[in-house]
Amino acid sequence: MSEMDFVQSEKELTQEESALRDVRGDYDELYGFHDDDVQYKYVSEPGLDEKKVREISKMKNEPEWMTDLRVKAYHEFLEKPTPQWGGELNEIDYDSIYYYMRASDKAERDWDEVPPEIKDTFDRLGIPEAEAKYLQGVSAQYDSESVYHNIQADLEAKGVIFLDMDSGLREHPELVKEHFGTVIPSNDNKFSALNTSVWSGGSFIYVPPGVHVEMPLQAYFRINTQNMGQFERTLIIVDKDAYVHYVEGCTAPTYSSDSLHSAVVEIIVKEGGRCRYTTIQNWSNNVYNLVTKRAVCEKNATMEWVDGNLGSRLTMKYPAVILNGEGAHGEVLSIAFAGKGQHQDAGAKITHNAPNTTSQIISKSIGKDGGRGSYRGLLKIAEGADNCKSNVVCDALLLDDISRSDTYPTIEIDAKNVTMGHEASVSKIGEDQLFYLMSRGLSEDEANAMIVNGFLEPLVKELPMEYALEMNRLIQIQLEGSIG
Amino acid sequence: MGATLEIRNLHAQVEETEMPILRGVNLTIKQGEIHAMMGPNGSGKSTLANVIAGNPLYEVTDGEILLDGENILDMGADERSRAGVFLAFQYPVTIPGVTLANFLRHAVNARLKAEDPESKGIAIPQFVRMLREKMNMLGIDNSFAGRYLNEGFSGGEKKRAEVLQMATLEPKFAVLDETDSGLDIDALRIVAEGVEKLTGPEMGSLIITHYQRMLNHVKPHFVHVMLNGQIVESGGPELALQLEENGYDWLREKYGAPEPAAD
Repeated sequence: MSEMDFVQSEKELTQEESALRDVRGDYDELYGFHDDDVQYKYVSEPGLDEKKVREISKMKNEPEWMTDLRVKAYHEFLEKPTPQWGGELNEIDYDSIYYYMRASDKAERDWDEVPPEIKDTFDRLGIPEAEAKYLQGVSAQYDSESVYHNIQADLEAKGVIFLDMDSGLREHPELVKEHFGTVIPSNDNKFSALNTSVWSGGSFIYVPPGVHVEMPLQAYFRINTQNMGQFERTLIIVDKDAYVHYVEGCTAPTYSSDSLHSAVVEIIVKEGGRCRYTTIQNWSNNVYNLVTKRAVCEKNATMEWVDGNLGSRLTMKYPAVILNGEGAHGEVLSIAFAGKGQHQDAGAKITHNAPNTTSQIISKSIGKDGGRGSYRGLLKIAEGADNCKSNVVCDALLLDDISRSDTYPTIEIDAKNVTMGHEASVSKIGEDQLFYLMSRGLSEDEANAMIVNGFLEPLVKELPMEYALEMNRLIQIQLEGSIG
Repeated sequence: MGATLEIRNLHAQVEETEMPILRGVNLTIKQGEIHAMMGPNGSGKSTLANVIAGNPLYEVTDGEILLDGENILDMGADERSRAGVFLAFQYPVTIPGVTLANFLRHAVNARLKAEDPESKGIAIPQFVRMLREKMNMLGIDNSFAGRYLNEGFSGGEKKRAEVLQMATLEPKFAVLDETDSGLDIDALRIVAEGVEKLTGPEMGSLIITHYQRMLNHVKPHFVHVMLNGQIVESGGPELALQLEENGYDWLREKYGAPEPAAD
């Protein structure tokens, strides 16, 4: 009983303490810096046409099917109208964006082989240090290409593949061809089409049947160049009864003009397998973050998206799970923080295509200084998918009167015996709560931070310790309002 | 040399409605003294407690509150707390997701940092040991510390959590706002015994209560009666017994106070 509980609370204390103690400085200092002295090996001129798409493919020595797919997708991108239902996308200037920039020759397996000025950046972001402490594999992408990629030897011996996507295509062409674009076809939406036409970097992961990857694999995405477009492409295949936890983080320099990050992530979880995908998105406030993420689950498989959105100018991202096999389970835990000038249009999409499948969506958003948080969710239970259970909870906490929160839930049920719950709430920090905490000696800022951390706690405690710390720290920075 | 909390001619009103509630309260509490404040509903007892603690819902229109000669009315609630004032709430609010232990450690650290800006705060093992000692002293199960602040707490648990906070922060002056309300006999005994253990030469206390039963456990040195925003009668423990027996009507007649509006 008590002893155990107490120890747990000690652990929480440690997290919180480090979170509060580590916070000094602001985004610009911690993440918003950029390197001027990087020697790029290849820079494509701003703007996009079919010639450039073919050039990227040729430079990468890709098989013909991939070149054809890219070109087809490019035309789909041109044809598809800009979505008008979510955030403001009409101001994106596609002609000013750099679609491909390569800073190193290949993804190295040794940090010492990475160009020193690029390694410095990742050192400053703490990536090699984290790798040494608690990761089993790391990928680091700098603008368009992976500069570092490594996986522990014992995992490799078990047949786990963890490569940057370009190497994946080169080294495992059949496996990639079989699955690439099957979960998210290029014409799914305007930005999946754009990604398919110019994709570069991202991760390719295969976990063989029964293999449990105990510690997370992490990818870190860094934009360095002004007006950069980063289009990484990730494909994860978790075979029968296997498990993997993949974590991605991302930051960018603070610039006055906008960058575009548009990724596609496809995940296939086979029978009895489980995949957890954690994102801590912390782009600078000049980045459009337009990402399509989707997983399909076979029988008794589990997919969990843990999605933290703290940065960017506009994020539109709705991690999806398609439950195709009986007994499959899908989960989306989403945290969004919208500060000044930010719009976080986030949510989840879950489709129940088989009977006895279950799902849960928990979304928590915080608005401050006029930021806007939207929850956009789709829950679909197809005909014949009887006896499904789903629960949706979305809560918003507004820290002032000028911030905004909206909820756009869509529910379509065509099956029998469905159990479903939906709760939504918007709250403000109460004066009585502030007075209570302050009457114990906490300053108003500390009291606010404590209430916010408490609001997010049910989600943050789902994260591994190191990411919980990171999340608390980032939220603290946001609360201090120092992101310009 | 003990500290003194001195309330002089205190007038206060509800900030929003400008409805006056306190109409000239005078009271001096020395460290080590136990004062009981009694009086009917609506007489201003809880307002006095909140004004001492610095609740921004109330506005002081006249008078002063001196802690060792220094006026604390210009201080925020947090500063007053760090200066040694504590309020045990009548209705403690819920803070979801924040454990009692976590909250208290921050409160302890806020004090340490106010004294020394360079302070790194209390070491976690030391804090845990200290909190465990306090919980053992008050007969509180250790698992209590890991629960979210007041979330799903019973009435008795809420009040015990308030007493635990008081024990941890070791204030110079504590105001207990109807800490005995809403408790059954057993819960009352546990809470009252906790308060009794904490009173002593290091702490001055103002115990706001409707009932004698709390005072059976915590013997007051002084008993005051508040009526219509003023202290109208002060005496020793016998005054509380007299009120228990006779009610407040004789005081209303004596001081010409109107019947209270129905709650």
